[in-house]
Amino acid sequence: MTIASPHISVKNLNVYIGEAHILKNISIDIPDKKITSFIGPSGCGKTTLLKTLNRLLDTSGTDVRIDGKVLVDGEDLYAKGTEVTHIRKKMGLLSQRPFPLPMSIYDNIAYGPKIHGERDKKVLDEIVERYLRATALWDEVKDRLHGPATRLSIGQQQRLCLARGLAVEPEIILGDEPTSALDPVSTQRIEELFLKLKDNYTLVLVTHILRQARRVSDYIAFIYMGEIVEFAPTEELLLNPKEKMTKDYIRGYVS
Amino acid sequence: MGASTLIIVGSLFMILWTIVSHGIHSLNWDLISKSPEGGFYIGKSGGILNAIIGSIYITLGSTLLGLMVSIPIVLYINVYARKKSKLVAITRLAFDVLFGIPSIVYGAFGFTIMVMLGLKTSLLAGIVTVTLLIIPILVRAMDEVIRIIPYELADATYALGATRWETGKVLLRQSVPGILTAVLLSFGRAIGDAACVLFTAGYTDNIPTSLSQPAATLPLAIFFQLSSPIQEVQERAYGAALILTIIVLIISIGAKYFSKKLSKNKI
Repeated sequence: MTIASPHISVKNLNVYIGEAHILKNISIDIPDKKITSFIGPSGCGKTTLLKTLNRLLDTSGTDVRIDGKVLVDGEDLYAKGTEVTHIRKKMGLLSQRPFPLPMSIYDNIAYGPKIHGERDKKVLDEIVERYLRATALWDEVKDRLHGPATRLSIGQQQRLCLARGLAVEPEIILGDEPTSALDPVSTQRIEELFLKLKDNYTLVLVTHILRQARRVSDYIAFIYMGEIVEFAPTEELLLNPKEKMTKDYIRGYVS
Repeated sequence: MGASTLIIVGSLFMILWTIVSHGIHSLNWDLISKSPEGGFYIGKSGGILNAIIGSIYITLGSTLLGLMVSIPIVLYINVYARKKSKLVAITRLAFDVLFGIPSIVYGAFGFTIMVMLGLKTSLLAGIVTVTLLIIPILVRAMDEVIRIIPYELADATYALGATRWETGKVLLRQSVPGILTAVLLSFGRAIGDAACVLFTAGYTDNIPTSLSQPAATLPLAIFFQLSSPIQEVQERAYGAALILTIIVLIISIGAKYFSKKLSKNKI
């Protein structure tokens, strides 16, 4: 499948961790301002693929080898001399469980803008309010902005992490099974937020919940054993899969 | 388990009781506000202010110096270095070994260096030697604290575009209570150690006014007075021990208080 003007474009990506060949010759174009989901069984490499998109794989200190290209807005992430912090700033990350920074709610949001040089208290106040409103948290936390972020419920924490990511003004949001630790109501709120955010952002989600992929995504890539088996628009992939493997997974034969 | 708890707590209270019952008589304002006067060690008047001040100088100095050295070490082996690198493994092993070396060896080592450089016993030499003693404690204790931080927290910070240095600072913040505990451990070790300062800081009846003068310390004040045959002087030794215990107690309570205050934002 060809995408007209991809936001992220992965070319012949191979990832080895130690001796294991985790991702095999991955090439995929992620469309701009759409939601793309990676689905597949546990251990298929979907989280690894997500992490290569903002170079979080090579911080973990493990023995990782990465070949290939990841182009974001035409800039190769893995080229020599690419400034990693600048690339990461373009992408917000939501992990499986929320990890608020050990600070107050206010400082969690203000942290990103602060490390990128924003010092003006007034501007920071505005940023905090804007993104707390964007993630529908403002009304819930406006009276305890300077209280610890860890007192929030886990669903609120995940929305706080989303707000924190948005506050550095990324273009892309990466979600690594962002609702897997949440209850149905919190999950629904996050999904609603994603649908709203796609007007301005490109979203890439990893999920193993097929129904979630169907509810939110525009495109789905089915990954199995480190390879992209099929990549297509959501309806097409779910209702009319071309590959037998995809069909089996959707019907629940492969898990 | 109940019995062993009883034995441990019981012996702790017996030690405390011995110190308090022997020391309480000699504990008066003179003891903590005066330096030794002529004939102090044969029972005449004076106090151990010199040792109190000396101990505080050496302990504070070495704790600060120790932190300045060990925080970068801990950050390096946990944030900067690759996890499986040989250097990290060797560093950890080295600190484990250093951790177990008796303090008299540090004292002798410090003394050897001083002889090589032609220095006399001084506050500075004492501080440096005690710093060497507590660096392994600080590094290993803080290392454990930082190692249990979830790596996702580092990922989350990196994902916001933070540099390694900024990420390191966030991780430090998460581990402040643990670091305070490490500092407390090393503080207790530093203030209570006699062997390290015996050759290096020396002993004097005066309060040091510069880093190059010798300094008295509480453990040595206890040691010298306790070896006196005169009852009154011996009791003063217990008084000094009581003061040492009270200082450690105050520091412990203070550290607990701050640790509680600072950990309210912890994950």
